[in-house]
Amino acid sequence: MSCIQTIQDYGLRSFGFGERLLPKTDFTLCEQFTLIGSGMIWNIYFGVMALATGFFLATALAVGKASTNKWLRKPAEWFIFLFRGSPLFIQFFFAYFFFLSLKKTYPMFDAFTSAWLGALIVLFLNTAAYSGEIFYGALRSIPKGDIEAADAYGMSGWSRFRRIVWPTMLRLAWPAYTNEAIFLFHATTLVFFSAFPAWQQRGDALYYASYFADKTFNPFIPYPILAFYFILLTLVIVGGFGLINKRLNRHLPTAKRAKMRFKLNLAR
Amino acid sequence: MFSYCADPDTLGTFRWFSCYLTNGVHWSFYLSFIKVLALLAVTAPVALGFGFAGAMAARSHFPPLSWLGKGYIAIVRGVPDIAFFLFFVIALDQAFEWTRHKILCPDWTDPIRQGNDFIVCQAAKLPLGTAPEWVHETYGFFLAVITFSIVFGAFAANVLFGGMRAVPHAQLETAEAYGMNRRQTFWKILVPQMWVYALPGLSNLWMVLIKATPLLFLLGVEDIVYWARELGGTKTSKFTQYPHGDWRMWYFLFLLIFYLGMTRFSEIGLEKLMRRLSHGQATSGGELLRKETTA
Repeated sequence: MSCIQTIQDYGLRSFGFGERLLPKTDFTLCEQFTLIGSGMIWNIYFGVMALATGFFLATALAVGKASTNKWLRKPAEWFIFLFRGSPLFIQFFFAYFFFLSLKKTYPMFDAFTSAWLGALIVLFLNTAAYSGEIFYGALRSIPKGDIEAADAYGMSGWSRFRRIVWPTMLRLAWPAYTNEAIFLFHATTLVFFSAFPAWQQRGDALYYASYFADKTFNPFIPYPILAFYFILLTLVIVGGFGLINKRLNRHLPTAKRAKMRFKLNLAR
Repeated sequence: MFSYCADPDTLGTFRWFSCYLTNGVHWSFYLSFIKVLALLAVTAPVALGFGFAGAMAARSHFPPLSWLGKGYIAIVRGVPDIAFFLFFVIALDQAFEWTRHKILCPDWTDPIRQGNDFIVCQAAKLPLGTAPEWVHETYGFFLAVITFSIVFGAFAANVLFGGMRAVPHAQLETAEAYGMNRRQTFWKILVPQMWVYALPGLSNLWMVLIKATPLLFLLGVEDIVYWARELGGTKTSKFTQYPHGDWRMWYFLFLLIFYLGMTRFSEIGLEKLMRRLSHGQATSGGELLRKETTA
C-alpha cells in the first residue's frame, strides 16, 4: 500500500472518515505519521476554540479582579483560584462525571459527555482563568501616564477602556499570553487520557501515539513523531503571536519596542 | 472498623458513612495520598539536582556539553509533558532490561526486538517474575519518580540557568579581581546568590509539580485518581456491603478540594520563604522589607 493510499485512508481518521479499522500489524512509518498527524486536528481544534472563546472571558475576569467593587472582584478571584489551583487532569475527570450525572436527569446534556464539547468547556474555563491572571497582571502595570493622558483628553468609561487600557493591557501581556497559548495546546493532549472516551477510536495525536507504542512496544518511533508535530505547532504559534505582537507594538519607536521574550515562564 | 458496622443495612445515614469511609478499600485510598506526598518529597530534590546539573552543563564552555544542557532545557518546552511521561516509563524500563540482558545473558543470540515484541532473557526481567507484589509496585513507583525528575529537572534547569544569569555581573568580576578561579567564583559567589533570583521560578515550578502529580495515574501507579475511579463507581449489593450509585463526581470533587488546599498551603509557605530570602538583598523585595522594619 502506497503512502498516498494510507493518507487517503487515515488522513481524517480522527474525525471518522476513511478506513474504519486502525492498522493492526506491520506498522509503517507512513501510517504512524499519518494517524498521529490526523490526531493533531483534534489538538488544534481544542486549542484554537478554547483560546478564541477564553480570550473574552479572560478580559472580563481581569477587569473584574482589578475592580474596586467587591461583588465583581471576589467572584473573579475565586474563579481564577479554582481553576489555577487545581490540576487540569482532575478538572477533566470532575467535569466528565458531573456531566454524566446531569445527563441522567436531563437528557439534553448528552453532548456534554463527549469530548468535543465537554472537554472544550473545561479547557475554555481553564485557559480563561490562566489568561485572566496574566491580563490582570498587565492591567496593573499599565503606565500611570497613559491613563492620565486619557483623562486629560476627556476620555472615560468605555472609550478609555477601548482605546487606551485594553490595547496597552494586551501589549504588555502578549509575551506571557503566547506562553499560555503554547501550554494550552500541550494541555489538549490530556483530553483523551482523562475520562472523556475516544469514541470509535477517534482520538488526538497522543492517543494514536500511545496506541502505536502499546502495540509495537517500541516508544522510540511514535513519540518522536508526536514531538516533531508539536514542535512544529509551537513554532507556528510563536510565529503567529509574534505577528500580532508586532502589530500591538507598531506605534512605539523601534528601539523601545518590547522584544518578544519567550523564556518568561517555563510552565504556566 | 467499628463494631456496629457488622450489618450496614440497619444503620442511619451518619453511622453508615462512618463505616463506609473506614472500610478496607478506603484505607488504600488514604494510603495513596501518602504516595502522592512521597512522590513530591522525593521528586522535588532529585529534580532540583537534575536541574542544577543541566544548568551547569548549559553554562559550560565546552561546546558539546553546553549543547547537551541547552538541548535538555529546550526539548521539554516544545513537547507536552505527558508525552514525556508516557515515553519515559516504557523507554526507561526497556533501557534497564536491555542493560541487564547484555550483562547477565551474554551468550543470548536472538535479537531483543522481534517484530512487535521486546524479549529479554528471564534473568534480566525487571522486576523478576518471581518477585513479590510489593517489589513490582515499588519498581513502578521508582520509574515514575525518575520520569518526573527528568521532566521537571529540565524545567528547573531553565529556571536555575536564568537565576545564574541574573546575578549581577560585577559580583563575578569582583571575585575574579580577588584572584578566585572559575570554580571558586561559581561555588562561593554565584551559587549562594542565585537562589533569590531563582526562587519565583522555582515556586512556580513547585506549583506545577503539585498539579502534575495526578498524572501518576497514567504511569500505572495506583494513586488517588485510580482509587477515586474505583471507589466512586456504581456498587451493587452483590459485591459489597455498601452498595451505592455512581459517586465518582463526589470523589473527584474531594480531590479537587485536596489540590486547592495544597496550592493555598504552598502559596503561604513560599511567601514566607521569599520574605526570609529577600531579607537584606539588593532587590526591590528586600528594599520593601527594609522600609517595613524602619518605618
